[in-house]
Amino acid sequence: MMNMKVPAIEVKDISKYFGSVIALSNVSMTVYPGEVMCLLGDNGAGKSTLIKTLSGVHKPSKGQYLVEGQPVDFNSPRDALDRGIATVYQDLAMVSLMSISRNFFLGSEPTKGWGPFKRFDLQAASHIAREEMAKMGIDIRDPEQPVGTLSGGERQSIAIARAVYFGAKVLILDEPTSALGVKQAGTVLRYVAQARARGIAVIFITHNPHHAYPIGDRFTILKRGKTLGTFTKAELSRDEMIRMMSGGDELEKLEHELRGFSADSAIAELVEEVQEEKADIDRVTPLKPEVMQRSAEIEESD
Amino acid sequence: MTSHVRDLSWQVVVGGMLRRGIVLIVLVGLMTYFASQSDRFFQSRNLVNILEQNAALMIVTVGMTLTMLIAGIDLSVGSVAALAGAISAGLIVNNGFSFEVSVVVTLALGFAIGLLNGGLIIWGKLPPFIATLAMLGIGRGLTLLYTEGRPISLNGVDQYTFYGRGDVTLPVFGQTPVSVLVALAVVMIVSVILSATRFGLHIYAIGGSEETARLAGVPVTRVKMIVYGSSGMLAALGGMLLTARLFSAQPQAAVGMELDAIAAAVLGGVSLFGGVGNVIGAVTGGLLIGVLSNGMNLLRLASFLQQMIQGTVLVVAVAIDMIIKRIEGV
Repeated sequence: MMNMKVPAIEVKDISKYFGSVIALSNVSMTVYPGEVMCLLGDNGAGKSTLIKTLSGVHKPSKGQYLVEGQPVDFNSPRDALDRGIATVYQDLAMVSLMSISRNFFLGSEPTKGWGPFKRFDLQAASHIAREEMAKMGIDIRDPEQPVGTLSGGERQSIAIARAVYFGAKVLILDEPTSALGVKQAGTVLRYVAQARARGIAVIFITHNPHHAYPIGDRFTILKRGKTLGTFTKAELSRDEMIRMMSGGDELEKLEHELRGFSADSAIAELVEEVQEEKADIDRVTPLKPEVMQRSAEIEESD
Repeated sequence: MTSHVRDLSWQVVVGGMLRRGIVLIVLVGLMTYFASQSDRFFQSRNLVNILEQNAALMIVTVGMTLTMLIAGIDLSVGSVAALAGAISAGLIVNNGFSFEVSVVVTLALGFAIGLLNGGLIIWGKLPPFIATLAMLGIGRGLTLLYTEGRPISLNGVDQYTFYGRGDVTLPVFGQTPVSVLVALAVVMIVSVILSATRFGLHIYAIGGSEETARLAGVPVTRVKMIVYGSSGMLAALGGMLLTARLFSAQPQAAVGMELDAIAAAVLGGVSLFGGVGNVIGAVTGGLLIGVLSNGMNLLRLASFLQQMIQGTVLVVAVAIDMIIKRIEGV
């Protein structure tokens, strides 16, 4: 019996510098097949840099990157795709001027014919695109219609269906639900669950705790380019997670700073709002001591 | 539970039809008008003449369309055409090379200049407008340097001039100018590449969103280099046709040709912002410009008036295009 599963993706002490800017500092993370790892963190925490490193856009400045236990060195997104790592970007998933079937096969188009007569097999592309979308419960009437005419949720769904069809072992989703309404977000979450059920390792980046908590198996929290740690669902309650994501500590600081200006009535109102928000967050369980300590360390080191 | 993808709205359908048909409608309208005003317009000699006069522009427009489809531009085509004409003629007349060798070398030179444009844009990170504007100056300067400002005569080099003035007899069409056949072949080949191959799809993807294409694994750099290379090579081919037609390589040939090519492409529905348009449309736009100037010549309009009318037609065509876009709401 195998006790130790091989992680689909593992990064060890990854750092990424852009000139003198440290975007990531000694970040380690593992993701196993058939689990959803939620990547959480505020703006500028390094989420984007981390997923761009995983998907071959950036090369890590330091550290090790393993795919299925083997060290890899990606030079382009193509290299990552060839190893089964597919990334769905929020705004960059589709070319909106192009048709559904052309988008579905972008970068991996089926061809027929030989040599100089090799050409894009549009019929096969349309047929497969329609079929794959039907499997996910989306009925495309015309695979030739431009993606620009679809809703945001449908676009995300097509991008996920595409990744699954091309045999992705790792699916990285960059804020797939952030621009969507409640119902559409629900649909996208369903596809995430379907992908997990197929044994795909999913990395799910989101700001929204209501989307992250139900679907996530484990949670990695980033702060200023460092990890606060990875927690299983059993270790982390929904309220704790909300507190970490909404940055209760920062609100406290903000309140203090704003107090200095409270002579102004508009700012006084703002202080009140911040206080209310903080009170809301304080009602939930306080942060774990080890997380508090790690968070304080990161702040001191800056 | 199924979610239904929205139907195409009538606006999109009507808009698409208009966009595809508008140049054709204007073209037919113009031709009808000129035919009503001048007996000579619809003579087959005149119509063939229009095609022959514009064969070089067609070919250059095809290259320009490729660069516009990837949201770029190539302002150097006129200069490259002149340089190609001069070098191809010089290789034969001054250096004694055979016609075939001269053509191959010149096409390779055009491709290389295009690659240089691409390199400046991709690795030099220059905007396409600036990189190719620089090449416009450099190319023209090189042409003047090479020719010492004097035309290179091709009198007696029949193998070359055949491509400018020669005819072949085809079934059905009868006497057909070779230059027109060359242009048609280019249009057809590039059109098929654009609409039916992975490479063509990648061009549209890059024009639609370069970043998305890159992230989807499209070899963006390679495609862009080939596009700029092809534009240079097609400019060289156009330049040689022009040279053959004039029986000599003129150092000031094809001045302003880049603007005609851009105008043709825009008239034909090619977007300056990339990702929209096709070669057939662009070439129809080129024909429209050709018919307009031919018709105005037949009507004996003064040349400065002609230029004003051409400018006005361009503005009106683009305005109509914008209105169609607004109707489509895309």
